[in-house]
Amino acid sequence: MTPDFASSFPLRTARVHEVCGPSAASFAVVCASAAQGTVLWIREHWRPEGLNPLGLSPFFDPAKLLIAQVKDQTEGLAVAEEALRDGSVALVILEISQPMGLIQGRRLQLSAKAGKSTGLCLIPEGMGSNAAESRWHASPIFDHFSAAGDSTLQRYELIKNKSGTLGSWHVRWDTASRRLHLVSATGE
Amino acid sequence: MFDGIQRRVVSIWFPRLASDRVLRMRPLEGPFALTHSISNTNRIYCLNGAAERLGLSAGMPFSDARAFCPDLQSRPADPLADRRFQHALRRWAVRYCPWVGLEDGDGLVLDITGTAHLFGGEAELLMDMRQRLSRAGISARIGLGDSRGAAWALAHHGEGAAPVGTALEALQDLPVAALRLEEKTVTGLGRLGLRTIGELANAARAPLTRRFGPSLLMRLDQALGQQPEQITPLKDPPHYGVRMTLPEPIGIKRDVMEGTSRLLTQLCAKLKSRETGARVLALTLRRVDQDSQQVELRLARPMRDAARILPLFERGIGDVDAGYGIDQMRLEAVQVEPMPVQQLSHVSSGGKDQLDDLVTRIGTRIGLENVQRFLPADSHIPERSFLISPAAYSAPSSTWSTIRPRPLHIFPPAPLIGTHAAPTPPKRFRWRRMSFATARVSGPERIASEWWLESDEWRTGVRDYWCIETRQGRRLWLFFTPQSPSWYVQGEFA
Repeated sequence: MTPDFASSFPLRTARVHEVCGPSAASFAVVCASAAQGTVLWIREHWRPEGLNPLGLSPFFDPAKLLIAQVKDQTEGLAVAEEALRDGSVALVILEISQPMGLIQGRRLQLSAKAGKSTGLCLIPEGMGSNAAESRWHASPIFDHFSAAGDSTLQRYELIKNKSGTLGSWHVRWDTASRRLHLVSATGE
Repeated sequence: MFDGIQRRVVSIWFPRLASDRVLRMRPLEGPFALTHSISNTNRIYCLNGAAERLGLSAGMPFSDARAFCPDLQSRPADPLADRRFQHALRRWAVRYCPWVGLEDGDGLVLDITGTAHLFGGEAELLMDMRQRLSRAGISARIGLGDSRGAAWALAHHGEGAAPVGTALEALQDLPVAALRLEEKTVTGLGRLGLRTIGELANAARAPLTRRFGPSLLMRLDQALGQQPEQITPLKDPPHYGVRMTLPEPIGIKRDVMEGTSRLLTQLCAKLKSRETGARVLALTLRRVDQDSQQVELRLARPMRDAARILPLFERGIGDVDAGYGIDQMRLEAVQVEPMPVQQLSHVSSGGKDQLDDLVTRIGTRIGLENVQRFLPADSHIPERSFLISPAAYSAPSSTWSTIRPRPLHIFPPAPLIGTHAAPTPPKRFRWRRMSFATARVSGPERIASEWWLESDEWRTGVRDYWCIETRQGRRLWLFFTPQSPSWYVQGEFA
């Protein structure tokens, strides 16, 4: 039996979470749309793909997004720690390119607790740290029955959870109401 | 009638200001000229003495000059730097008297009334001026007279000093051009046979006014001291710097912070009195061994609140190597911006300030220009439909409008290798070493390039954009270029 999505999805605040998979960025954007206040997105400057604010606007107002371009992962972790500890941003999204150790993960977790803001690391598959509160795997799914103009059907799988059970859900972003809708998996 | 001390004015003309400035930076032997481009011709702007002796002159085409003088060395002129140099000379000239103004683009005018005796007399003052200028490598011609006009005439035509009250005697043999007249007026006077100032002063005044207008006699009267003329001294820009010298060297971080806090209090009071806020602060710590260390703080927003700025210095001061101790501290607001006082209200929250402080702190670590935000731009080209600008120097804007869905990620177009070049979307394709099968498509949306902007990416012509839903789940943004048929991937939808 699949546990309740609402018990784990709006990510627990004052914790650091992780997400991997092809739709990780989309997952982060959905989280950012729920955040009350400024969102800081930390990315390494060499990455070729850029965020497109026009693609963000169906989710939230791009004006509340700040981007920090960092040199390497160490700098990114330092910026994330500072921003989490400060608490003036609601959500800190950190893109990670190298495996993160337990120490770094724990430091992020402690600073999130101190600043009462939420952190989300976008990790390549299998590079998470054990200190994460929860780890998600987000992947897009092709839906045979979707109508024109629908957003992509996503499969969010909770693969690690420190305070609850694991589970897997199909969700779809509703652009009109700016909400995430749970879709029953029978459509598959 | 006696009306106080007789006014005395010095006019300094720098005939080779621009080339002297460049030659001071890098001395050269031989002829040298600065060139500038006027209506597609490279002409000589300013030249040094050696070039002048060879018969070259300002304004002649540079190619002619090089034909006359094959070993002529040249550099492009920089009038802005010349203007800055003139201002620097003005600041230097304040050592002779407080009342110094600029004259045209290449001179200074000093009102030395009552200050000449400090240098031992007028002759000694002029001698001192000449010596210092020639030591600095600046050629200058100096005139001294009772009025600004007389001093100017003496500086530009026949260098010399006119004794008190003898303006007419000193000027009478100078050409009328020494009266700062227009070219047309000088020619007109020449036709009348009036070539020197003495002849002009003896001519009947009424016909001259009728023929040349009032400005001619006004200039004459100004030169002879019968009409007043003002010298406008420039105001010194406000200086935002404070310093502190310590009797005993300090080295503990807490002490340095305490010193910084005292300096900040002084500086912020200064900033507040002028309604400005600091944008960039530089703290210079001089050590006992004469070495100095600098801590720079770039702020995300102009600020003048000492209590808020002080914690932002903490990281920079922590990195300072105090060595044997610090005995002098200097704090300067390198860049200031206007910051008028604002009405505070009980509803405004402090959250904005806290965010600005965070941006400043992150900025000290990764560079303030690397904390960015998106701003909308007016373009239908996907890559140009937004701007990325430093968050510290821009205000957020929420006027985003999208008519058609746009991808979340956008990247440099990646060609699809091995796909047939037909205008209908490919059934299968490989991208980033993954294979995809097309399930559903929507499009095309044709986007043409902005022909008024040069762009390499749009060499391939117009683009037909398609949203491709793949059987694997991902939704990609592909485009086809009909003018040079091939397929590219440019984005991925959320």
